[in-house]
Amino acid sequence: MAKLILTLEGSTIREVPLDKERIMIGRKPSNEIQIENLAVSGEHACIVTILNDSFLEDLGSTNGTLVNGNQIKKHILQNNDVIEIGKYKLKYLAEAPSGQAGGGDDFEKTMILRAPAKTAASSPKPEPAPAAKSANEPAPPAKPSTPPPTPMPTMPPSKPPVPTSAKPPSPDAAPAMAKPAEPHALAAVQILTGPSAGKELDLTKNLTTLGKPGLQVAVITRRPQGYFITHVEGAKFPIINGKMIDAQAQPLKDHDVLELAGVKMEFFIKK
Amino acid sequence: MMEMVTATHSGMVRSHNEDSIGADASIGLAVLADGMGGYNAGEVASGIAVAMISAEMKKALASADGALDVAAAENLVSEQTVRANSAIYQAAQNQAQYSGMGTTLVVALWHDNTLIVGHVGDSRLYRFRGNKLEQVTRDHSLLQEQIDSGLITKEQARHSQNKNLVTRAVGIDPEVEPEVHRHPVQAGDIYLLCSDGLNDMVTDEDMELTISSLQANLPLAAEQLVQQANDNGGRDNVSVILVRVLKSFPARSGFVDRLKSWFG
Repeated sequence: MAKLILTLEGSTIREVPLDKERIMIGRKPSNEIQIENLAVSGEHACIVTILNDSFLEDLGSTNGTLVNGNQIKKHILQNNDVIEIGKYKLKYLAEAPSGQAGGGDDFEKTMILRAPAKTAASSPKPEPAPAAKSANEPAPPAKPSTPPPTPMPTMPPSKPPVPTSAKPPSPDAAPAMAKPAEPHALAAVQILTGPSAGKELDLTKNLTTLGKPGLQVAVITRRPQGYFITHVEGAKFPIINGKMIDAQAQPLKDHDVLELAGVKMEFFIKK
Repeated sequence: MMEMVTATHSGMVRSHNEDSIGADASIGLAVLADGMGGYNAGEVASGIAVAMISAEMKKALASADGALDVAAAENLVSEQTVRANSAIYQAAQNQAQYSGMGTTLVVALWHDNTLIVGHVGDSRLYRFRGNKLEQVTRDHSLLQEQIDSGLITKEQARHSQNKNLVTRAVGIDPEVEPEVHRHPVQAGDIYLLCSDGLNDMVTDEDMELTISSLQANLPLAAEQLVQQANDNGGRDNVSVILVRVLKSFPARSGFVDRLKSWFG
């Protein structure tokens, strides 16, 4: 479970597990996290937790809420974010992947959110508990109709929806997109012949095309393993160090000489 | 009229591939499904969806013999999605090992100079036109709803842990609501259908760069997209279908059309 560590001038005051869907922060005693300080508004901010994500919202406080030094109105909390309210700091620690042995797997599964069965709209704070069924249940009960999923209102008072069906787990519970792995060194191509001789082209993108469209084009791809050249179009394939390559991607080495569309160029690793 | 290429890979982490793809340039149809459910149920669900929709659409289009208007084609996409839903749901009810299986789905039909796209879940269709890649479908996912409601920004969504929650799927409930839209098509358009294994691992900018750089060689572009997903970690199955519209494809050449083409 994610938690907040409340500190004042470096000393820890308390730890607050984010075990409720909505946790209020403010000066009044009604708040889950009460901070008795005049710089803190009565109801200063709140944190809504939906499944693995926690959202921080400033509730129009007088003195504002900072996250990592920046004033925010709404913010999705990332591990190790530091929330500042007056002189108080709250460090957000995301949930460690529970049980490396198995539980952590679940984070990567694609799951279905069931639309909640529509309840009577009489209750002032409807808490639509989505109809959920375990993926292990042999025969899920048929529902007469499927109401559309309720749109997620801002800071919804709803219970977290329960996943029901999942793609197979992956052992890696890392969130979000991995940054493309950077090759060890920046490389470039220097043109050796023709009107552009001497020109240098840094290979800063994942793909760089070379040649003349319609005549002959090759692409240099930057991958975690290094740089590769592949033929893209044209009757002729690129020549590397005097040898024509085939349709397969060819790894490039420092000082390889490439020839395409009649132009020679040198591939080299920049220091 | 069109060139279609496909590529699919189980990724770097998973042992089997639960994505299914189908592409038939002769009828202008591409179908991509990303299955979910224990054991091999996910690939059963996505397999049923792709096989059924491909076969039934082919039959329906053949029997209409080109005389199908766009509204009827839209209905066809919707109907076939509903039928696939029933088939998967029934299979899941009847066989315990398939219980709870389901699949996302994106169906694209190019008909009468129009693209008809139906989707359920978070598999996507993008259009590359004028050197820009644009997302055409909107995911049925918790994350998309959070973005729509202003709770989080697109940038924050990249770091969300809720990437994997879809709000609609085929085969989970007795009924399904496919989202079907039509879009005018231009010769030279390139369309990309993909499972979330691509767009979760590769940014839209890199997808655009890849298609833009390699548009002369679509099979290489498809291969490079999959490779980038895998180079970036390949945490999920990844599937892509690339479709290039070579020239316009009116449904029928009536007398007036033929007359126009003589003078055009």
